[in-house]
Amino acid sequence: MSLSVTRRTRLSTAWLIVLVPIVLLLIAAPWWAGRADLRLMGEIALYMSLAVLWNLLAGYAGLVSVGQQAYVGFGGYLFFALTMLAGLHPYAALPLVVLAGFVISAPVAVLIFRLRGAYFAIGTWVVAEVFRLSFAQMASLGGGSGTSLSPDIVRSLAEGRDAREAVAWWLALGAGMLVIGTVVWLLRSRQGVALTAIRDNELAARSLGIDIWRTKFTVYVVVSGLTALIGALIFLQKLRISPDAAFSANDWTAFVIFIVVIGGIGTLEGPILGTLVFFALRETLADLGTLYLIALGVVAIVIMLFAPRGLWGFLRDRWGLELFPLSRRVSGLAKKEA
Amino acid sequence: MSAILELQGVKKAFGAVVVADDQSWSLAPGEALGVIGPNGAGKTSMFNLVTGTLRADAGQIRLGGQDITGWSAAKRCRAGIARSFQVPQPFAHMTVFENAYVAATQGAGLSGRAAEALCLDVLDRTGLIAKANGQAGGLTLLERKRLELSRALCARPRVILLDEIAGGLTEHECQSLIQTIRDVHATGVSIVWIEHVVHALLAVVGRLMVIDFGRKIAEGEPQAIMQSREVREIYLGIEADG
Ligand SMILES: Nc1ncnc2c1ncn2[C@@H]1O[C@H](COP(=O)(O)OP(=O)(O)OP(=O)(O)O)[C@@H](O)[C@H]1O
Ligand SMILES: [Mg+2]
Repeated sequence: MSLSVTRRTRLSTAWLIVLVPIVLLLIAAPWWAGRADLRLMGEIALYMSLAVLWNLLAGYAGLVSVGQQAYVGFGGYLFFALTMLAGLHPYAALPLVVLAGFVISAPVAVLIFRLRGAYFAIGTWVVAEVFRLSFAQMASLGGGSGTSLSPDIVRSLAEGRDAREAVAWWLALGAGMLVIGTVVWLLRSRQGVALTAIRDNELAARSLGIDIWRTKFTVYVVVSGLTALIGALIFLQKLRISPDAAFSANDWTAFVIFIVVIGGIGTLEGPILGTLVFFALRETLADLGTLYLIALGVVAIVIMLFAPRGLWGFLRDRWGLELFPLSRRVSGLAKKEA
Repeated sequence: MSAILELQGVKKAFGAVVVADDQSWSLAPGEALGVIGPNGAGKTSMFNLVTGTLRADAGQIRLGGQDITGWSAAKRCRAGIARSFQVPQPFAHMTVFENAYVAATQGAGLSGRAAEALCLDVLDRTGLIAKANGQAGGLTLLERKRLELSRALCARPRVILLDEIAGGLTEHECQSLIQTIRDVHATGVSIVWIEHVVHALLAVVGRLMVIDFGRKIAEGEPQAIMQSREVREIYLGIEADG
């Protein structure tokens, strides 16, 4: 039999080839982009990461959390605490934030996984509130009014303002690539096969040997640890943290859900495309003031009406597009039939 | 030889509806057992109890002598019990090949080329290979049933439970299904097959069990069972489809 299984398609190979110069160009951004553009691009990279992570959680594992701001805030606060209170260098603090995210999310998962459907969503929000109230109690981090990153820590990143902006951008870009790379790797692994199966049919998944609880637990913990890392980088960019900003359901969950839903939930490309659309809208509509939020709502409704599976879902259903080589195709079939 | 699968006093009721009433039976290694009974008799429920989709109210289920009554469905599959669902349960947004691949990697614990080779071989045998890259959600009912069989085979079970996979087939398709199942049986896999298409069943199984109201009412040599008075009484309609 001359059949074989491959994951590459012509499009995915072309995409990987295009991706190399794009990444190189992005790495070189400090030399061609202005300071404001660099900041915006950093923000885009971080939002894209949050969206890709939330999509893995909700779109693949079916864990519809409205409380991921818990880990954004946790990561931000822990980063400030490790650098300012424990005196660690920012580069040493970042991996510790990820580890701490893993450690803190494990017991949270055990607790909230007992809840189903809407109760699960409410549970995640309650957890985020508990996190917010706890960090608001910490006097050493400014209590309810928050604190700023001390200047010597900012200076320890790099000498000079431009160099620091460049470092902040590279960290955001690196985190974005780490997140997307991890999700691609996870989805291609044994766990990813299990996860995709669970997404489609839990009864069949269970009956074919998949431990659903353990698979979802792994996803929740991985996503939360990486979300904490993104939180640390968000507040490293902002240089200031407060409980309301750190645990904002609006900024870190509502916008993220918007991005994933318009981009296409349950696809890897969806949240990436959604982030670009979201920022394009934000940059063009920002002058509208509060009308801007209404405009976003209208866009979401229109997309939901005409492409219920989001923009990428629409493209994929139509033309079977897939940029990242995730699915396995059997090649050599035509020959066999002939 | 000791049984590969054994039920002892298994009971299950949904309120007043008793789907398993003190059921005890066993399956020898390499045996093929046929199960018949009227609609709503509790045949599918019995499979649900064996695979762990349903929890028994009482009794014990053993696989290769080991008590698996408390095990999850996933663990039972990995230990060697695979099933096909009477109402197909495809992973609709995955391809046919990927559906099989889930079973090979998760159920059989294979990886890489070994898993791929098993899936290709099984899909070839079940006649789905031409559809390998198609979305499972786009299959017809008959193809979905074949996908059920394919996935169960890809889990490389010691015991395979087949739930009404021959209904609606043409005579030619039915013969090829019989051949496929005989081949599976020949590799040493033990089979329990629920089927209304009795002639297909009789072409494969060495023993027949009759279930009604969750009770085992007869069990033995297939021809003798089919001739028996009780079976003919409760089960007159069956010869019409068989
Ligand atoms: N989850 C459930 N909750 C309540 N009742 C159920 C459930 N599952 C099955 N039943 C009932 O149990 C009885 C036995 O159903 P079962 O599916 O086991 O029958 P069957 O022998 O497989 O029938 P058929 O030949 O039609 O497939 C039926 O009356 C059914 O309605
Ligand atoms: Mg049934």
